[in-house]
Amino acid sequence: MGYWDEKKETMSREELTAYQSEKLVWQVKRCYENVECFRTRMDELKLKPEDIHGIEDLPKLPFSYKKDLRDYYPYGLFAAPMKDIVRIHASSGTTGKRIVAGYTRNDLDIWADGAARVLTSVGLGEGDIIQISYGYGLFTGGLGLHGGAEKIGATVIPMSSGNTALQIQTMIDLKATALCCTPSYAMYLGEEVQRLGVQDQLSLKVGIFGAEPWSEEMRKNIEAALGIKAYDIYGLTEIIGPGVSGECEYQAGMHVWEDNFIPEIIDPDTLEPLPVGSEGELVFTTITKEGMPMIRYRTRDICRLDPTPCKCGRTHYRMMKPHGRTDDMLIIRGVNVFPSQIEEVLLGFNDGEITPNYQIIVDRVNHTDTFDINVEMSEKFFADDMKSIQKLENAIVAKLRSVLGIGAKVHLVSPQSITRSEGKAKRVIDKRTI
Amino acid sequence: MFATQLSVFVENKTGRLSEILNTFSEHHIDIRALSIAENSEFGILRLIVSETERAYDILKREGFIVKKTEVLSLQMEDKPGALAQLVDKLSDAGVGIEYLYAFVSREDGGANVVLRLDDTEAAQNLFK
Ligand SMILES: [Zn+2]
Repeated sequence: MGYWDEKKETMSREELTAYQSEKLVWQVKRCYENVECFRTRMDELKLKPEDIHGIEDLPKLPFSYKKDLRDYYPYGLFAAPMKDIVRIHASSGTTGKRIVAGYTRNDLDIWADGAARVLTSVGLGEGDIIQISYGYGLFTGGLGLHGGAEKIGATVIPMSSGNTALQIQTMIDLKATALCCTPSYAMYLGEEVQRLGVQDQLSLKVGIFGAEPWSEEMRKNIEAALGIKAYDIYGLTEIIGPGVSGECEYQAGMHVWEDNFIPEIIDPDTLEPLPVGSEGELVFTTITKEGMPMIRYRTRDICRLDPTPCKCGRTHYRMMKPHGRTDDMLIIRGVNVFPSQIEEVLLGFNDGEITPNYQIIVDRVNHTDTFDINVEMSEKFFADDMKSIQKLENAIVAKLRSVLGIGAKVHLVSPQSITRSEGKAKRVIDKRTI
Repeated sequence: MFATQLSVFVENKTGRLSEILNTFSEHHIDIRALSIAENSEFGILRLIVSETERAYDILKREGFIVKKTEVLSLQMEDKPGALAQLVDKLSDAGVGIEYLYAFVSREDGGANVVLRLDDTEAAQNLFK
């Protein structure tokens, strides 16, 4: 299958390193000049942009964190003037406030290019009809794939998420050849297709699925149920969105577009870079992005980079599926959820005094994530009549939905009933086996 | 006459109710009247007991979520229509009933009714 940008995708390591070095020097200089947070950290390390000569100096640079996006909310990390920012996207923060990312016109192009490379590498192009069933809006999923699909000249069906019956009918009627959504939604669609017995009416060839962890087992199931080849795509709003990396036709790890995003693997404890091929925390430096560049951004995803040549001919390193996190972030139905967000909401209902004890229970039933929160009843929450308690419970549910962006079931449980170990309640029970 | 009722949170799970009832029996607290309001997940156990203050302290100590509520406790003539008459009297006076439950007094075998009203003061004048 073809390349979207053969020259860049098949660059030799030497060429790539030279290219990365040049872009890194440029990026560090402009971040130092324009981003206070970065400048302060550089100054603390007594580093000047002139000290950075190429990617060999990357480990000298300070890290950046998700917390920075909150501390400098909304525009404090932007390195381009607002007049050049043409798009905003957002994602969950670790607390109630969302984090935002700004894109220049050029950034949108880099992003669409990343997605276009992935779509091309799995065999899509002009003449294909791509149904995008990721959510559109502030979430990067919908518009990210949309940009890539338009770029390769495919016909785009901007379905967005939800309404499964209509999704399937559209796929059939409009003869969609590719589907983009979360893998758990693809599983669900696959099951519905089987239940309705309409697989032979589908024109689907491939699916590109991402935004949440999934297994080889799920891949097999999706492929069988929809009669397609299923590919993984990776990305995060802080870096740009889906299309930071993606699988090629060989389904053997996701090529990271290293001419835009330099990946590093570090030891999350010592923070030392690890040799290529080792497992550790994935760190990205965006060397071409203008709007909100990230220098050594700690993704908290644990994975491994494979530097060996790929059969497809692309030289860019492949990242294996992330299979864990170095923080407590959960991905539920493709949405990032932090226990601290839930804590903040509950605290708000308790007059900010103490956080009631709570426990998050995540499971996967019929390929859909279930999300339950047990909250221990407290003096403050209790009333003599059912109406008041139910009203409170509904208010908590509504607030959680607005903060998290997804619905959770709230259960009021007996005080002291949530199991504690060493006096601390276990906050998260994730029963999903992925 | 006015009485203090204890309201206890009960999770709708096997064993939760008996935990509370056992606590009373261990401490020799006599339950005069009891009712439960519930949905599929939790309920409110409402009780009139022999020694309200002691029972309240014990429940709190045992880690239950408990509240005291002022309710009206009336003895009724044990004859048809007695309750209807009472309810009429309240509604004529514009006093709303949030909930009520009845019990038979052990001492005299008379019928009693416990009422939680939205306007306690108005009711107080009514049943002076
Ligand atoms: Zn490849």
